[in-house]
Amino acid sequence: MKILVCISHVPDTTSKINFTNGDSEFDTNGVQFVINPNDEFGLTRAIWFKEQQGASVTVVNVGGADAEATLRKALAIGADEAIRVNANPSDGMFVAKQLAAVVINGGYDLVIAGKESLDYNGGMVPGMLAGLIGCNFVNACVGIEVNGNDAKVTREIDGGKEIISTSLPLIVGGQKGIVEEKDLRIPNMRGIMMARTKVLTIVEPTGDAVATKAIKFEKPAAKSTVKLINPDNLDELINLLHNEAKVI
Amino acid sequence: MSILIYAESADGKIKKVALELASYAKKVAASMGTSVTAVTINNSDNSALAAYGVDKVLKVSNDKLNNFSAKAYSDVIVQAAKKEGAQIVLVSSSTDSIYLAPLVAVALEAGYASNVVELPISTSPFQVKRTAFSNKAFNFTEISTPIKVLGIAKNSFGLIEHSAPLNEEVFAPTLNDADFGVKVESVEKVSGKVTIADAEIVVSAGRGMKGPENWGLIEELASVLGAATACSKPVSDIGWRPHSEHVGQTGKPVASNLYIAVGISGAIQHIAGINSSKVKVVINTDPEAPFFKVADYGVVGDAFTIVPQLIEKLKAFKASNS
Repeated sequence: MKILVCISHVPDTTSKINFTNGDSEFDTNGVQFVINPNDEFGLTRAIWFKEQQGASVTVVNVGGADAEATLRKALAIGADEAIRVNANPSDGMFVAKQLAAVVINGGYDLVIAGKESLDYNGGMVPGMLAGLIGCNFVNACVGIEVNGNDAKVTREIDGGKEIISTSLPLIVGGQKGIVEEKDLRIPNMRGIMMARTKVLTIVEPTGDAVATKAIKFEKPAAKSTVKLINPDNLDELINLLHNEAKVI
Repeated sequence: MSILIYAESADGKIKKVALELASYAKKVAASMGTSVTAVTINNSDNSALAAYGVDKVLKVSNDKLNNFSAKAYSDVIVQAAKKEGAQIVLVSSSTDSIYLAPLVAVALEAGYASNVVELPISTSPFQVKRTAFSNKAFNFTEISTPIKVLGIAKNSFGLIEHSAPLNEEVFAPTLNDADFGVKVESVEKVSGKVTIADAEIVVSAGRGMKGPENWGLIEELASVLGAATACSKPVSDIGWRPHSEHVGQTGKPVASNLYIAVGISGAIQHIAGINSSKVKVVINTDPEAPFFKVADYGVVGDAFTIVPQLIEKLKAFKASNS
């Protein structure tokens, strides 16, 4: 089985978010970048397939040279090779088109991409990729088993889950649950050394058409000070929630 | 020319998120001098849509669509959009809509913006405001394609009533085998429980509850309020509560009217996930807990004494207000 894992290079979840250049760009100053958490869950499952059932695992990122550190980390965790499409990942449709070219070119059986990235939160790339290629697609995947050409996938739905049967080639939008938090791997020294010699191919993008463009960013308005309520006077809390906030 | 909304239904009823879409669509349609069409799938009573501004309902009835299929449902929406000459297609932020929206966008060669929180800033050029960086910021996006797909963030717009007679038309889109390559074998759903996605009120708890055996208090508080229960990441990681209850940046987002956090300190990742909630209440022993900086109301004290009192007082309040 040939597996492709799509990796976004995103600010660490603890990052403070600031903007620069007249609020038109994300300020990367002092920000630590990581593998997008939803992608890391999928990567870990891909490596499980490699170790348990035999599979090759390629990781791909659409991004600049700065994303290579993140791809090397994925290699250190256990991916076999990496591809970087050398372009600014500014628009979901553009990124999906780049990934579609990689998928068609590489003939992958299973593509795992995080259901959304923690920077733009578009939640669109896995679905668009499936739409462009025209293959089976399951989003919000919290479990996947593959047996030959058949796949059994669990999808998280509002208030429960669905058990789905489908077949390869397949694209899934992954999230926590596809593996558990405790299954995530921290690269060890041997992995890091080996990652240095693994192949990282740089390919140029196809086309430059975009459908959307981020024009400006804005931070939420500062919050007014919390109203503290005396724990011996909880009637006041109920009164405020009922009469002031009008939520109960 | 029109604006098309995909109106989700459950148990024979149009969902509230669909009525929010209708309200939003009507406003945009008025400003652009066009009308609103809704497409519904296997739902018999669509009168609620007319009451929130929908001019025409395309009613699809097909047993093959009894189980959700993103591909098949997106095909239905795409064919409806083409039939109506829709310039804008609106979907909600439900799990199903988020799943199918990118497929719709590809098929219509449309630019797609998700998590849209306000009416378009401008319709020419077409610009919308959406959340980004997991609710730590907003992002203004311009969509340049002739057709636009928008995902409207839950609880961001509200409901606006319009009384109009229901104008319904039977619509029978063409479906093919490729639509059913992903087959639902079974659905596991807890019935009778409010889901985090649909809840108006969410009661959430963290490590301050000291152990899973103490969650009875949280469940009781939720039950008095008709709320969904949720938890912080550490609590789901150590297995006190299921992952499906984890809310935060890497868990589920919450956009309820009221969010009550019990024994949650308020790590930046947690706040990011729940920040779209309108009113936040924190109960924590530590007055320095970061949650107090983002909450509207706070009680400094021990959850084990405060929550039981709150439950009793809320019961009395509910009894006198019903």
